[in-house]
Amino acid sequence: MTARPRSAFAGARPAAFAAAAALAAALAAGCTSVTRVVTTAGAAAGVITPEQAESINKSAAAIEKSYEDITPEQEYYIGRAVAATVLVTYAPYDAPAANEYLNLLGQTLSLFGAAPETFGGYHFILLDTEEINAFSAPGGLVMISRGMVRLCGSEDELAAVLAHEIGHVENQHGLRAIKKGRLTSAVMTMLAEGGKSFGGAELAQLTEAFENCIGDIAGTLMNSGYARATEYEADASALAILRSAGYDPAALVGMLREMQKRWVPNGPGFGRTHPEPSDRIAEIQAQIGAAPAAAAPSVRVARFKEKMRGV
Amino acid sequence: MRSRMRWRASLALAALAAGACTAGAATMSVQVKSGQLRATPSFLGRVVAPLSYGDRVEILETKNPWMRVAGPRGQRGWVHGSALTEKKIAMASGSRDAQTGASSDELALASKGFNSDVEADFKAKHRNVDFTWVDRMEKWKAAPEAMQAFLKDGGLKPAEGGAR
Repeated sequence: MTARPRSAFAGARPAAFAAAAALAAALAAGCTSVTRVVTTAGAAAGVITPEQAESINKSAAAIEKSYEDITPEQEYYIGRAVAATVLVTYAPYDAPAANEYLNLLGQTLSLFGAAPETFGGYHFILLDTEEINAFSAPGGLVMISRGMVRLCGSEDELAAVLAHEIGHVENQHGLRAIKKGRLTSAVMTMLAEGGKSFGGAELAQLTEAFENCIGDIAGTLMNSGYARATEYEADASALAILRSAGYDPAALVGMLREMQKRWVPNGPGFGRTHPEPSDRIAEIQAQIGAAPAAAAPSVRVARFKEKMRGV
Repeated sequence: MRSRMRWRASLALAALAAGACTAGAATMSVQVKSGQLRATPSFLGRVVAPLSYGDRVEILETKNPWMRVAGPRGQRGWVHGSALTEKKIAMASGSRDAQTGASSDELALASKGFNSDVEADFKAKHRNVDFTWVDRMEKWKAAPEAMQAFLKDGGLKPAEGGAR
């Protein structure tokens, strides 16, 4: 009797060990479809038992069950419904020139982000409310209140707000707000049968999962807010976007100073859903220093004032 | 003898796993509704050809975050990396690709799920949720020339894309 290595594979024959190593490599590389092929082949070759193959496949499926497996197209449909839900509470502000400028600025900024291309692209709209707030739905539908725009003294500060929202989109914060159980049941449903249209009970089950996802995200955006670290992450993305585009990142600090003056903990708008601005400023200044924002070129100041006049 | 055959089988499996993953990295899928192949690695680059959701492209060269690819109809050009995914994307249910690929988990996942059918069902159940403005928003798209002028006039940087 020779000594055997004490490992998870202790007692396994070399062949099974090699097969397991291949599976581990496939799993690590995220090649779950390959895992299925390999486990099927492995079981057929007698290298692993059918039970072992099934167990490995289940582990691979479990790894897949996360927000990352929501396809860009699904993210797009989630985003549409989240935006439509936000627009039930906050009416859109129908001001063509202002919305056009908002989109020109926002879409231009998005080119400097980590994910300039999303399934349906970035689109921006003003909300007809005094409340100081901004929301971004998955996939790039961004909504910003008139109250928030009024707080901005310049294009640079508005750019800072939009860049923060783009940060939420590119980091997929909306999708991450979907509660774990919901996503699992949704993904389970999606995995049930592929490549055919679903009717009746299947569709109802899927729509229920969809409703729950929308509820989780819209509730997070309008009521509970993201975790502190999530907001800091969006701020960090905003700084990168502003810097890449040629805006002074310190414009975000200028904006947050204005927000601090109107800070009401648990009050309506950002007070309920965001960390205190002074905390965010401290976090940002740790990254970019405490120098005040440079004066913006007069052309940027002028076009902002002209387009946002009356908002 | 039997043991040697098993060894061969497992080595073949290892090669299959490694090979398939490597091949996956060299071919990617378009993950945006409408993408563009450009003549140069820049959002200002001339559009050579359009790309559709799910198109498979072969990666020829990478200049982070841009990639020069060969499109499904042989066209070559640059596309921003965020428009691509290593995952395979199945076409909408009922299409040729979805049917042929239905046996793979990966494809099945993509072809099912939250789609226009689910949105229609959601709308029917929530009559108060109005998508009119969402549809309107999606049509708001600044022209590349307008963005270029906006950057230049404002003393900003040219949009090469994702310089992070």
